[in-house]
Amino acid sequence: MDRILFGDNQFFAVNHISDEKSRAQAIKFKDDKAIIRTLDYAMEAGINTFMCTTHGRIANICGIIRSDPVKYKGFKIYPCMPYAHKYANAVTELGILGTLKEYVPGSFIGSLFKGGAAVLSKDFLSIMELMIDAEMKMFKGINTPVIFLQNVITDLLLGLKMDKFLIAFYHYIKTQYNAEAGFITMNMPKLVSVLENAGIENPIICSSINKVGFRMSGGKEVYEETLKTKTFRAIAMQVLAGGAISPKEAIEYVCGLPNIESILFGASSKANITQTAALINQYDTQLYPAPVYDWQKVS
Amino acid sequence: MIKVGLIGAGKMGLSHLSILGAHADVEIVGVSDTSKIVIDGLRKYSPFPCFTDYRKMLAEAVPDAVFVAVPTKFHASMIKELLEKDIHVFAEKPFCLTPEEGRPLADLANKKGLINQVGYHNKFIGTFKEVKDILDGGYLGEINHFNGEAYGPVVIRKKQSTWRSNPVEGGGCLMDYASHVIDLIHYLAAPVKKVHGTLLKSFYSNAVEDAVYSLLELENNITGVLSVNWSDETYRKMSTSVTISGNKGKVIADANELKVYFKDSDCPPGYSKGWNVKYITDLTAPVNFNLRGEEYTAQIDYFISAVQGKSPNNKNTFDSSWLTDHAIALIKKASKLN
Repeated sequence: MDRILFGDNQFFAVNHISDEKSRAQAIKFKDDKAIIRTLDYAMEAGINTFMCTTHGRIANICGIIRSDPVKYKGFKIYPCMPYAHKYANAVTELGILGTLKEYVPGSFIGSLFKGGAAVLSKDFLSIMELMIDAEMKMFKGINTPVIFLQNVITDLLLGLKMDKFLIAFYHYIKTQYNAEAGFITMNMPKLVSVLENAGIENPIICSSINKVGFRMSGGKEVYEETLKTKTFRAIAMQVLAGGAISPKEAIEYVCGLPNIESILFGASSKANITQTAALINQYDTQLYPAPVYDWQKVS
Repeated sequence: MIKVGLIGAGKMGLSHLSILGAHADVEIVGVSDTSKIVIDGLRKYSPFPCFTDYRKMLAEAVPDAVFVAVPTKFHASMIKELLEKDIHVFAEKPFCLTPEEGRPLADLANKKGLINQVGYHNKFIGTFKEVKDILDGGYLGEINHFNGEAYGPVVIRKKQSTWRSNPVEGGGCLMDYASHVIDLIHYLAAPVKKVHGTLLKSFYSNAVEDAVYSLLELENNITGVLSVNWSDETYRKMSTSVTISGNKGKVIADANELKVYFKDSDCPPGYSKGWNVKYITDLTAPVNFNLRGEEYTAQIDYFISAVQGKSPNNKNTFDSSWLTDHAIALIKKASKLN
């Protein structure tokens, strides 16, 4: 994975600290052109991976990317599924069964209902596979080397101790999409130990990691300890803790931690994108300077 | 270990179950749901004992505490049964369909000394707790107006119906969405005493209201506006906010952000004259497991801790939630006068 991954929260009015900023972002990114322009800023800053939710509008963005293979040569998308609010609102309105009927593609569910619920119970993992396929449709023809399960689902399954679904997701992504499965979570240490026990080696895990301990369940110390002692490929998100820490302080902290493979951040303005990327590069070089070999030394 | 059972594994039930499943002091002794598909799934993939009949679950699993997350119309009879069996109860909101249903249950829980709590999670959100502290400290002076609002995209087109679209079963924006705001106003200021007028409006639903607009007067004579609409697709998810104005300042708060204006320098520690902004990042107490937000875990931790006898049972009690049911009844009554 690249060191820096560009996120999409700002495009879809996801702001963890202000509803007012959310609305401003929804207005700013009303047109797909505004999203593409911002992705251009990220590419200019040397970022070539876009990590995004399977929001309906991403389908348009994928279309634009597909239509310009020269410009987007080497550009990667890491899809994160599902776009949870779509399902959460549907469950409130339609119930769990109604939501499955609405969103699981084809006549699969309909035929199962005709055949009775008993048939369905044997096929929960197949339903998951169908839903993954439905969510992945929009990325056809695009390089998606890592595919993520969103934290709402990862964490729900984690608490329900339904590890089998996490494992099935991992294997299905590998075999069907020839890609690596990733997991987003608000409970990183717990997930690391569950996946470790399930025999999944070196999984990709994306979680909030920041200096103030925001959204780091169980506390910052447990996270730091897990990073030090466990084997997994960590992605740090919410490194700015929604703006609670200054970018400099935030990036210095994350770059100083061991075992963090990638840093995920999103920003709306060219200035913020350039500054954050530059800070990551600066602290990476400062904290882990490239080794100087004997032959390079001037005698 | 506290032995916990769950009745109703729908959206909120599964969310509670997941959080309970991760709780170090909880043993899940039973999950009950009438939906075969849900129970089959849980039976096959989770380690929890599953039942399709909650009475069988109570008899076999003998829980210390039960979470009730079934449609509201079943609350009263189930909660009564649980209390009679000396089981501590956490019920989803709203408490009951009517204040008449809920009153004897609150009395019974109190008489038996059983822990009782309702899932009004806003009280466990840092920004709203901070508003409460500011108001209790008298820093806004005499309150002259409030606005309690909630908007979200639940029903944004005509659709097939479920219990949430049936008024007799506890459906509709008033019981589902507005109950949160009414409860929050009660927590921050006082219970509703009188309703001066209400508009219940339907945009997409046939049998229930999609929006509630109401003029409220509280027990302490403060007045304000309730404005709730679950058919507003300009919101990505439910957004609840309060604005409270007093003669010494004004506060605007939602689940993420707190903005407060003080007219002079008589303000709480950490604040100053003029506008102050605080974010949830500064106001959130950490939890051990996070699913959809710290507040959902915090309310469960609070309940379990009360069952263990480690903390008082004084947040979101049946008594307190009954006052919200009472306010809902007043609002319904007022709407019929239109």
